[in-house]
Amino acid sequence: MSGKSVLKRVDWLTIFIFLMLITIGWVNIYSSTFSDSNSSIFDFNELYGKQLFFIGVSLLAAFIFLSLEAHFYERFSSLLYIITMVLLLGLFLFGKTIAGATSWYDLGFFNLQPSELAKFATALALAKYLSDIQTDIKRTKDQLFALLIILIPALLIIPQPDPGSAIVFLALVFVLFREGFPLFYLGIALLAIIIFITTLMFGTIWVSISLALIIATFLLVKKSSFKVPILPLSLFFIITIVFSLSVNFVFENVFEQRHRDRFSLWLRLEKDPEKLEEIRKTIGYNTYQSEKAIESGGIFGKGFLEGTRTKGDFVPEQHTDYIFSTVGEEWGFAGTATVVILFTILLLRLVHLAERQKSDFSRMYGYGVISILLIHYFINIGMVTGIVPTVGIPLPFFSYGGSALLGFTALLFIFLKLDANRLNEWH
Amino acid sequence: MKKILLSSIIVIIGFTFIGRLSYLQIFSSSSTQILEDTAIKAIYDYPERGYIYDRNGELLVANQPAYDVMVIPREVKPLDTLEFCSLLGIDKTKFTDKLKKARVYSPRLPSVLVPQLSKEDYARLQEKMRKYEGFYIQKRSLRYYASHSSANVLGYISEVNEADIKKNPYYIQGELTGRTGIEKQYEDYLRGIKGVKYIQKDRFNRVIGPYKEGTMDTLPEQGKEIHVTLDKVLQEYGERLMNGKRGGIVAIEPNSGEILALISGPTYDPALLVGRERSKNYSKLHYDTISKPTWDRALLAQPSPGSPFKTLNALIALQEGVIKPETTIRCYNGFYVGNKKRGCHCGGGLRNMNSGIYKSCNAYFAGTFRKIYDKYPTTDEGMDVWEKHIKSFGLGDFLGYDLPTGRKGRVPNKAYYDRVYGDNRWASSYIISNAIGQGEVSATPIQLANMTAAIANRGFFYTPHIIKTISGEPIEDPKYTTPHYTTIEKQYFGPIIQGMADVYTKGTAKWLQIPGINIAGKTGTVENYTKINGVRTQLTDHSVFVAFAPVDNPKIALAVYIEHGYYGSRYAGHIASLLIEKYLKGEISRIDLEKRMLEKTLDAEYAKPYSGEEFKINEYVW
Repeated sequence: MSGKSVLKRVDWLTIFIFLMLITIGWVNIYSSTFSDSNSSIFDFNELYGKQLFFIGVSLLAAFIFLSLEAHFYERFSSLLYIITMVLLLGLFLFGKTIAGATSWYDLGFFNLQPSELAKFATALALAKYLSDIQTDIKRTKDQLFALLIILIPALLIIPQPDPGSAIVFLALVFVLFREGFPLFYLGIALLAIIIFITTLMFGTIWVSISLALIIATFLLVKKSSFKVPILPLSLFFIITIVFSLSVNFVFENVFEQRHRDRFSLWLRLEKDPEKLEEIRKTIGYNTYQSEKAIESGGIFGKGFLEGTRTKGDFVPEQHTDYIFSTVGEEWGFAGTATVVILFTILLLRLVHLAERQKSDFSRMYGYGVISILLIHYFINIGMVTGIVPTVGIPLPFFSYGGSALLGFTALLFIFLKLDANRLNEWH
Repeated sequence: MKKILLSSIIVIIGFTFIGRLSYLQIFSSSSTQILEDTAIKAIYDYPERGYIYDRNGELLVANQPAYDVMVIPREVKPLDTLEFCSLLGIDKTKFTDKLKKARVYSPRLPSVLVPQLSKEDYARLQEKMRKYEGFYIQKRSLRYYASHSSANVLGYISEVNEADIKKNPYYIQGELTGRTGIEKQYEDYLRGIKGVKYIQKDRFNRVIGPYKEGTMDTLPEQGKEIHVTLDKVLQEYGERLMNGKRGGIVAIEPNSGEILALISGPTYDPALLVGRERSKNYSKLHYDTISKPTWDRALLAQPSPGSPFKTLNALIALQEGVIKPETTIRCYNGFYVGNKKRGCHCGGGLRNMNSGIYKSCNAYFAGTFRKIYDKYPTTDEGMDVWEKHIKSFGLGDFLGYDLPTGRKGRVPNKAYYDRVYGDNRWASSYIISNAIGQGEVSATPIQLANMTAAIANRGFFYTPHIIKTISGEPIEDPKYTTPHYTTIEKQYFGPIIQGMADVYTKGTAKWLQIPGINIAGKTGTVENYTKINGVRTQLTDHSVFVAFAPVDNPKIALAVYIEHGYYGSRYAGHIASLLIEKYLKGEISRIDLEKRMLEKTLDAEYAKPYSGEEFKINEYVW
């Protein structure tokens, strides 16, 4: 198949949004790392110059991903997975430490972060395993094996330490749910999270009372013909209360103070203004400053290169994980809303593309791509705006960083290639 | 379900983010205020406060440098505390205490360690300052007083408080503003406009460059120098004469309304409210509730005017046509109100208008006053007419002069008496005391001076004012250049002015004649009462005097009010005559009067009510 025909069939809307996000991202990286108006934008000593180089490399890579034979990805997915796992393992021996995390290989001109590559490799491997004719998602053994594929990279990345990147892999469970993994588990997880949060915010007593009220209401409005499952319901009630109590125990005794502070910051548990001020200066500093920077942008922002907090470096790591706060300060609500809408359209478009695949492999991989992009987007913007606890992961296509950009580009364009090739599939 | 799960999550997240962002950026955003941006620091450049000169260009108020020793606690290195303290002139405990306070305020930002060093201390310290890291000297500008007089009228400046900031957002914490007097009234001109530089800071509070390339920065605008209408020489001389006396003096140039002198006794050196001792001195002045040096008696005291008020009643009687200058009234060493006799000092006999004024006959004016009322069928109507005439001289009103304090004084009217005695339960006999300036009528010294100016001008006055020029531009505010006409026609002033001139030639002030100057004046001796331990007790009369000169072409009109000075011709008359001579001739020929005024004090008189013992009032010898 020639490169020309793939360009005819590839989904241009996705590519258009991809290019827009990359462009907007770079403009904001330029603003947040800009220091001297005399340098050229191609100055590779400046971070924005480097990022421009990475964008060029990524575009080239995107073209290559589109040009390769579609079956190549399915065929070599296991191999890719194994290679990246080896690379992750190798970090324990040859890794380079930056900012306390041993996550990079020093390639001289460039630091390679294998966890970024592991994202699309794992998505490919998972799709490959699940689409295998011999795999049955209803079978516990196969469920466990699928989870193992997801957990191996996560477990290799946690000790780097980079818990943020590890969480990303867990998002791949959405692929399992799409393929028939019981939604019941998702319900349990959601309930656990709700009880966890409400217990921290209101205490076990209120959680129990509310739960009892909900059950009572349920019993009152039920149809008379409905037989109440007394034993499971009581069991559920008791387990919930025990869980709620254990939340308190774990929070007070197992968590370290920094974890507790993170949660109390996130859930606004601390009401004492003095301690709040203390949190804002220490663990909550980034979140507070980024919220303030976004807030100060107002509706239309302060304008390109006019963000005073961006210039003053008030938000640490602004060009990487906190790049969205630059958008907020300099482009205001108009800018941030645009970015959120672009991401929403991109993700919905990808769901649409995934659902139209004839090949199981392509569809599953598509879901892997969506899950990974979605979790990054959700955690990153959520963290920067202060509604998700601080977890340091980049905003796809936006944040400064070559490996990440290359990883996301690979993730997306492999799927676009599979999509462009969908009419040639025969299963 | 499983197909739409992810799509629903995407949409929900999208809405959540939009909601959160609109909350942050639309509903809680406060980006409009540049000063609230922590990333921008405004550095102010304060212009020098404008100088104040007198009417002849003599300097009254200027500025002087002061030196604050500042400290940045974080940068302080171990030092020889003992030596440093002796250089600063403070003890060690105070030093460590101050340093601790500064550290609590901010380890990074400068705090004042020792404010306002004297020039001598500064000179000693300056060379050795390099040895002490973390300390430096900051220059500030303080007021400098070229004249040690006029404290109350000049006013003082002090740091703005919360209320000032709320009222005028120009000010920020730590800035100075005129608090009283001229400093307050002309604050906007004297202050100038501070310049501002916006500086972009980083999160460590370090300066990283100008904000927006300095396009929003402004240059300071110099404070304007103003010339006031006061005559420094007259002002200083008047304050010397007020030595040991309480009261107020106001002198006005009749043909312009310019205030030549505004003196309140006791006074103080305005320089007391500047520098290191400021707050100590301020408390001392402020809490002296007996002699009240900060209470400007020239503007705020409102005693009964006494006999000078008779001139107005004479004018009204002529205007109303109820009397002619030749009309005579007999004085029986007093007059009768019902069965009660009121005394008179004029010596008794037949009085016409001329002798009534220069002998200050109470009986003559009681009669005149009755005639005014008897012209009208009811006392109410008479009262209205009388009130209208009196008010046309600016009494019972704030006058509208350009100083921030004042009192209305009182011109009693129908409503007032109805309130005091009950509706229609009073008659002209109740109000007869107003005939001789006693009773319910009261006026501030500046009102009396203005009234005198209106008589000198034969029927009009200009609103008294203290401002002469701003930045060399004369004030042409119509408020100060439009004459206010009284309700008395010009022709009726002649006999009254003649009577006042005769006060000096053959009347109550004939001992005060100044050779070569024709003065018209009127004495006043004002009965007054106080409460001692709840008992209404009469005190020695106030000495009041109004005068203008020269009679034919008045250059100065003044009112002098001396608390408990007894006869009008004593303290007030002496001081008025001396001030007129000083102003018109520049030197004093009546050395005897001057010597008396410089030496005599009323301290003994003022101590009487506080002695706790029986005391005599209105003692003849002095």
